[in-house]
Amino acid sequence: MAAIRRAAVAAWFAAFVASATIAFGQTGATPVAPSGPVTSRPDLAKARSTADHSKFEALKGPFASGPEVTKACLTCHTEASKQVHKSIHWSWAFKNEATGQTLGKKNVINAFCGNLTSNEPRCTSCHAGYGWKDATFDFTSETNVDCLVCHDRTGGYRKTPAGAGHPATTPLTIGKDVYNPPDWAKVAQNVGIPGRENCGACHFYGGGGDGVKHGDLDSSLVAPSKALDVHMDAKGLNFTCETCHQSDAHIFAGSRYASTAKDTQGAIHRGAERHVASCESCHGDQPHKAAAPPAAIKAYYLNGHTDKLACQSCHIPEMARGGVPTKTLWDWSTAGKLKDGKPYAEHDAKGADTYLSIKGTFKWEENVAPHYAWFDGKVRYTLVDEKIDPTKIVEVNKIAGSHDDPKSRIWPFKAMRGRQAYDKANDTLVYMNVFGQNDTAYWTNFNWEKAIDAGMKSAGLQFSGQVGFVDTVMYWPLAHMVAPKEQAVACVSCHSRDGRLANLAGFYMPGRDHVRWLDMLGYLAVFGALAGVAAHGALRFAMRGRRGASGGIH
Amino acid sequence: MSETNDSALPRPLDAPRPELANARDGLIAGEASVPWGKSRRTVMIYSRYERFWHWSQAALIFTLAFSGFVVHGSFALIGFDKAVMIHTIAAVVLILLWIFTTFWHFTTGQWRQYLPKTGLLAVVRFYAWGILRGAPHPYSKNLWRKQNALQSLAYLTFMVLIGPALWATGILYLAYPLWAKLAGATGLTVVAFVHTAAAFMMIAFVIIHVYMTTTGKTVGHYVKTMITGYDTVEMAAVEEAYLERQQPNILR
Repeated sequence: MAAIRRAAVAAWFAAFVASATIAFGQTGATPVAPSGPVTSRPDLAKARSTADHSKFEALKGPFASGPEVTKACLTCHTEASKQVHKSIHWSWAFKNEATGQTLGKKNVINAFCGNLTSNEPRCTSCHAGYGWKDATFDFTSETNVDCLVCHDRTGGYRKTPAGAGHPATTPLTIGKDVYNPPDWAKVAQNVGIPGRENCGACHFYGGGGDGVKHGDLDSSLVAPSKALDVHMDAKGLNFTCETCHQSDAHIFAGSRYASTAKDTQGAIHRGAERHVASCESCHGDQPHKAAAPPAAIKAYYLNGHTDKLACQSCHIPEMARGGVPTKTLWDWSTAGKLKDGKPYAEHDAKGADTYLSIKGTFKWEENVAPHYAWFDGKVRYTLVDEKIDPTKIVEVNKIAGSHDDPKSRIWPFKAMRGRQAYDKANDTLVYMNVFGQNDTAYWTNFNWEKAIDAGMKSAGLQFSGQVGFVDTVMYWPLAHMVAPKEQAVACVSCHSRDGRLANLAGFYMPGRDHVRWLDMLGYLAVFGALAGVAAHGALRFAMRGRRGASGGIH
Repeated sequence: MSETNDSALPRPLDAPRPELANARDGLIAGEASVPWGKSRRTVMIYSRYERFWHWSQAALIFTLAFSGFVVHGSFALIGFDKAVMIHTIAAVVLILLWIFTTFWHFTTGQWRQYLPKTGLLAVVRFYAWGILRGAPHPYSKNLWRKQNALQSLAYLTFMVLIGPALWATGILYLAYPLWAKLAGATGLTVVAFVHTAAAFMMIAFVIIHVYMTTTGKTVGHYVKTMITGYDTVEMAAVEEAYLERQQPNILR
């Protein structure tokens, strides 16, 4: 009998375990697809190339300028410039079909240096072209395309900061930096697939310096550790930018103006074309895998988040994690103070500018938790012709999305705070002329009225002459510096009363939300029950002497 | 041994038993005293499975309450993710336990223990006043109705109201990723609301339940009974005779 009972108990226990395994085992059904060899690594690409550019007659030189090299490139790559002409890297213009707005660096105002127009030679040092020094630039010129800034593999090619996209013709010293004229023929003979440092030459230094703009893009990504970015890990996967941002005829996947906030296409099969830079395009939307509980339980729950939470929200726990601080505040309103009639600079302990007479006051931060917001991929900019409400913080770009919209997810952003000049009479943001050796440029003469008037005039716009300053914020979606999974944002960072998502409304989140009156009632019931039994017990104890001998009957 | 059962056992089952003429009615009515004789016997009133069910359920409910209120954000002694993991595993095990126990209740007929019965007021009066002055309990336990009217009502509430409210919303909560598309802004709010409300009721139930275990003839008597399974109950002679013959192993 006892043996049979023991067997029955064992059978029940086995049934528990089996049921639990069935309930949760399913989440681990799909195996992880290994990514295979990473073929876009520049070193591998060079070793595998069928062409050795140093053997081409056309590239022997000598060359005296960029356009001459481009002309040589085009003798073989006949369509290259025509392709580049269609790209945003060339046009700096973008028609946002979702909002109807015309964006691009040529048109928008940002929370950093402000605007392109009237400041061209400075800004266009990051243009993939030569000679965009003013509005007369010829966008149809094939030889004005700069092949080398992206394809140089020598590291010896560098555009000057204010040369309208040209490298130096004679050695140029700016501070501690020396800009040497490139060895044109050597560079031309050593071209290849772009590496992180090629893209980074502009994208790491946007806004006037290392790490200024993005928060998730800075020079620490030239050779990052795995802890900084699991994909770009120089000793590991060593992804280039293009491994994710795949290009098709010089047009790249991925956009801040029209983002893919939620990629429902899922992981793309090997061999299929890919035109999105989303995480899901490789990882799918059920990326967490585990074969058995309890890991499978966690995977099941984590996968349950992907419909409402961008991968980046958990896997980029903080921005500016590579040791390079990012600028989080730029207050233009304090600019213009002079010492002995001369502009001056103040620095923090790490050497970063905290005040510049030409630019105002800055704040820099490292390892900062991002700002989170619902995002459907649509970004609407506050363009120069749009009315603003100067009594409120002006959103330089507005992030759209909500919990109830199936296309939206919660994304992490760098929220760049600013205090920017605006037209006090017209209630609009303004274009300003900051750069140039002329009477109007702010960085030369520190006169806001003249600088704004010149900036607006260069775009054919009117300025009332009344300068005010308004608080602004600009949102930069984060997608880089993806941490190892062990360092992902912990559940409790959001699932708690004052967690990272405390400011997002319209949905119930365990750990964060509770119905206050229900909790009050509940605690009342619990403590009422405790008080009741305590009182009853005390009475029983107090009256124990009066009990009959029989006491309770059982 | 029984006072009335003086003849030797066993005796032939087909022997005439005129004294049993009204016994069946008495048994079914749950009458505490059958006029044709009774005794007090120590007998296993909680079977091994029943005790396994009770104590594993108790452990699971404590585990679930603790981890559940961590998930709820009420306190944070363990991490949120650990709490979710513990809560999930304990919930699945409890649901399985309840499935087995429901099966057990119906196959053994024990579900009848929870049917409403008369005498509720007397029991309430006893706990409110009688117990303080040492009055005897108005209800006398027997094998086929182990619980008094108040217990029956409380456990019935536990099993048809609080329990189902918890497991129904709990399963919806666990499966949320599968129906998230249909949930809208309020779907999870409603589920969480009912789940939390039922959890508070469960805790109040447990507090009172645990306290009530101290009201036996000694403070630990009821707990000891639920551990050993044995208690001394009133037993009709016929019942005793039946058990002596058919289930001697549950008699002590």
